[in-house]
Amino acid sequence: MAHATDTILRIDHLTMRFGGLVAVDDLSFEARRGEITALIGPNGAGKTTVFNCITGFYKPTEGRMALAHGSSDAFAHTDELTASPRQSWSGEGQALYLLERMADHDVNAKAKVARTFQNIRLFGGMTVLENLMVAQHHYLMRASGFTFLGLVGAPRYRHAERAAIERAKGWLERINLIHRADEPAASLAYGDQRRLEIARAMCSDPVLLCLDEPAAGLNPRESAELNELLLGIKREEQTSLLLIEHDMSVVMEISDHVVVLDYGKKISDGAPDFVKNDPKVIAAYLGVDDEEVDAVEAEVTQ
Amino acid sequence: MTATPAKPASAVAPPAPAHDLAHAFKDALFSALLALGLFGVIMGLKTEQEPTGLILEQHWERVLWAVGIVFVGRLVLNLTIWRRPGGKLDDLMPKGLQKYGGSTGTAIGVILIAVALTLPFLPGAERYHVDLGTLVLTYVMLGWGLNIVVGLAGLLDLGYVAFYAVGAYSYALLASYFDLGFWACLPLAFILACFWGIILGFPVLRLRGDYLAIVTLAFGEIIRVVLLNWSEFTGGPNGIGQIPRPSFFGLEFSRGDDGFAAYFGLEFSSMHRIIFLYYVILVLAFVTHLVSVRLRKLPIGRAWEAMREDEIACRSLGLSIVRTKLTAFAIGAGFGGLAGAFFATRQGFISPESFTFIESALILAIVVLGGMGSQLGVAIAAVVMIGGFEYFREFEQYRMLVFGMMMVLIMVWRPRGLVSSRAPSVYLKERKKVGADMVSQGHG
Amino acid sequence: MDYFLQQLINGLTLGSIYGLIAIGYTMVYGIIGMINFAHGDVFMVSAFAALIAFLVLLAVGITAVPLALVLVLIFAMLISSLYGWTVERVAYRPLRGSFRLAPLISAIGMSIVLQNYIQIVQGARVKAIQPVFTGGITLHEGELFDVRISTIQILIIVTTIVLMTVFSLIVAKTSLGRAQRSCEQDQKMAALLGIDVDRTISLTFVMGAALAAVAGTMYLMYYGVIDFFIGFIAGVKAFTAAVLGGIGSLPGAMLGGLLIGLIEAFWAGYFSSEYKDVAVFAILAIVLIFLPTGLLGKPEVEKV
Repeated sequence: MAHATDTILRIDHLTMRFGGLVAVDDLSFEARRGEITALIGPNGAGKTTVFNCITGFYKPTEGRMALAHGSSDAFAHTDELTASPRQSWSGEGQALYLLERMADHDVNAKAKVARTFQNIRLFGGMTVLENLMVAQHHYLMRASGFTFLGLVGAPRYRHAERAAIERAKGWLERINLIHRADEPAASLAYGDQRRLEIARAMCSDPVLLCLDEPAAGLNPRESAELNELLLGIKREEQTSLLLIEHDMSVVMEISDHVVVLDYGKKISDGAPDFVKNDPKVIAAYLGVDDEEVDAVEAEVTQ
Repeated sequence: MTATPAKPASAVAPPAPAHDLAHAFKDALFSALLALGLFGVIMGLKTEQEPTGLILEQHWERVLWAVGIVFVGRLVLNLTIWRRPGGKLDDLMPKGLQKYGGSTGTAIGVILIAVALTLPFLPGAERYHVDLGTLVLTYVMLGWGLNIVVGLAGLLDLGYVAFYAVGAYSYALLASYFDLGFWACLPLAFILACFWGIILGFPVLRLRGDYLAIVTLAFGEIIRVVLLNWSEFTGGPNGIGQIPRPSFFGLEFSRGDDGFAAYFGLEFSSMHRIIFLYYVILVLAFVTHLVSVRLRKLPIGRAWEAMREDEIACRSLGLSIVRTKLTAFAIGAGFGGLAGAFFATRQGFISPESFTFIESALILAIVVLGGMGSQLGVAIAAVVMIGGFEYFREFEQYRMLVFGMMMVLIMVWRPRGLVSSRAPSVYLKERKKVGADMVSQGHG
Repeated sequence: MDYFLQQLINGLTLGSIYGLIAIGYTMVYGIIGMINFAHGDVFMVSAFAALIAFLVLLAVGITAVPLALVLVLIFAMLISSLYGWTVERVAYRPLRGSFRLAPLISAIGMSIVLQNYIQIVQGARVKAIQPVFTGGITLHEGELFDVRISTIQILIIVTTIVLMTVFSLIVAKTSLGRAQRSCEQDQKMAALLGIDVDRTISLTFVMGAALAAVAGTMYLMYYGVIDFFIGFIAGVKAFTAAVLGGIGSLPGAMLGGLLIGLIEAFWAGYFSSEYKDVAVFAILAIVLIFLPTGLLGKPEVEKV
């Protein structure tokens, strides 16, 4: 948390329409470097749509999504880049990417944004280790001389592959799956699959990691482990986190900053403590029924 | 046409034998009636073209046979295999091969390689056997090539024969227009086929599943129709003849003083070329095998398999689906092209007739029957299918019929092919097989 | 203009036949998501059944054309339905819910079986019959030639329109249609709600086969020649039609069929008949590049 006010992602007036349905409506918010930003809201609020826009799976109808590498100084070039037809600007150890202009794979490969999915998407028939190797594709591809060197068994590729395996091992130890490294990913228990998906995303070396409901379906122990893992990533890696979550205990415990969506609009934005006492948020979650508001207040203050 | 497994009531619970018998009988009777309906008129009355027009010939004895066979066959099956609860054809499969990776798989692999290496010199090997071996190896190579596209990348390609044709025609045309030799043309055929793989790949990038299947099928047909009709260039239906044979490091397999036999002081024999061709395709097949095994362990191969497993996850990890698909198409096509060039030089004559849809279906069947993604399975399937197919050559009329029935039966028997487990490309401690039920089949 | 009209009529006739076959593909695909590769060969078998029925009627002396046609149609539909039903039972049902490519290979095997079976029992030679219908209507007398629509062309187009209407009604209004649509959505759920999924799927094959039999009979009457191989080409074209129209959609199959028929007729009429198949497939590829789910197919929303 060296730069507490250092912005990494700036979303401006993001709008996504599907036919007549407005899933995301003029949304603007910022995520800060080295922090965990949570995106919460009731079902159907448009959270996953925001993720899909950020990670390039959807082309937003309107709006700008700028991501800075290095420091937030890069945002000084936002207008200049927006006016040009290019996708990115870079210089002096900094870079700026306009995510809405980039193809989904480039969002990961170039802008270094990784993500996980609400309904876990592992390569089920490949082993746990292989899953982590796929995530290091670009590194290995370069080392294999775009396949040609690798095909003739060049030592350079063998070194790189060993390094990639080491790195994967490091992550597997971290998520307690080292003993299952050679098992197919589909054979893992649900909670293990969730952690593996996070590790896989981390292996692609992201500056921003987007997690879509990482705690969904986890039991309390697993949920606590997940919190540790995410806090560990925040502490030890050069990665900022953006997460969608329903589990308030996770949100309140680990996030530095919470953005609340309802019907595609932002209704609240601030520190967890601020957000959880915001009447608009309580109303959005539970309608305006007083008893239920009390109930949720009791829950969030636990 | 008798197999309809897993339905008789006997499968529910073991009933009293008398009831069992009655049921089996009733079921067989029903099948016989169905057979009567199916075969009665179509088999019993044969249309014959006479100068005066069509007439009907009566062949009721054939119907009687067919219905009788159905009745008896069904009755016997009901009383034997399907009698036990849950009795399935699958029980007949040797357990060792089902697992594969155990010693059985390795042993079969070693035996196959040993036989392949020594085939021309095995006692009792005649020209026929070497020719058959050459044919089988051609299909092994095609199967391995297609396996990259279908088995690894999970893209359903029904027009693979197009690349086989591109390779064959590339060599034939380069040889006849530019007087290039086989060895010079081989890489060119590979590159041209790769190129056509990309040409086909581009339009179908966005297509999935069966849409992809039909467009690749269409592409195969387009290539064939063009070859058939562009007579000035390709010779049309007459094809291209007198395609030069490959030389052995510059030595021709001819009778003259500068021929292969004379150089090595051997007596001239037409077998030399046959054996040489056999080893050429053996080497080509080995190269295909080695390259595909290597590729699987490289990032590109892992990207193919990852794409088969989950395209969206791939995109989220920075893998370009365009690049991944096109490389799979291109490399798969390239091997098809190599096999095609070999086919052209071996036959010395090619025409569009050799590149019909049935070839594509055959190669795909080899891949699927073998077990997608498995090198050994594909090799076994090619040996069984092509070898078996040739074995029945005497029953010319019936062999395609039997061949089709085999395709249906083997699929019903083992839908995931002979060797269905997947070997991981990298491991920490031990290489554990991934069971077939985990492995995705791809959506492309 | 005259030439154009004539090609239009020819194209519509051809397209009607493709459309009738395409419905069989599209229904089966809609309900179990597989390419019934043997469908074209069921069409071919039905054409042979029609031919035999026709010869039998001739032999026993029933020559009144309308009566003969009805009898031939009924017989061909019956035989074809039996084949459709059996093919599903033998080659597809054991593989339902299995590995995706297995039914496809099994279907290709079935297609080979049917082709060679007919080749063996009926001979490989082309069978030709005398034209049954000779009349027609001259629509316009041109200088070079007359624009004509023959009786059989009228019959084919009218039959197709009637069958399409009946068919759309069956799918939209009857309980069978509802069962089919529910199986398309979710077979497990349909089964839980008391729908006999096996029976519904069987009936879908039977209906597709019956329509193919109509197409087979019409083909026989229109061209007057059949052989054991017609199923492959007609099948591939009809499947192309189904995909072009958007597989799974009944109106799409018909539209696709008509388009393929028209493309073929016009290409053959104006350019070259050798490359008409290339034109058909090329247009298919082009349409799919821009509309990856066909003309009337539901656009696939990518779920992330």
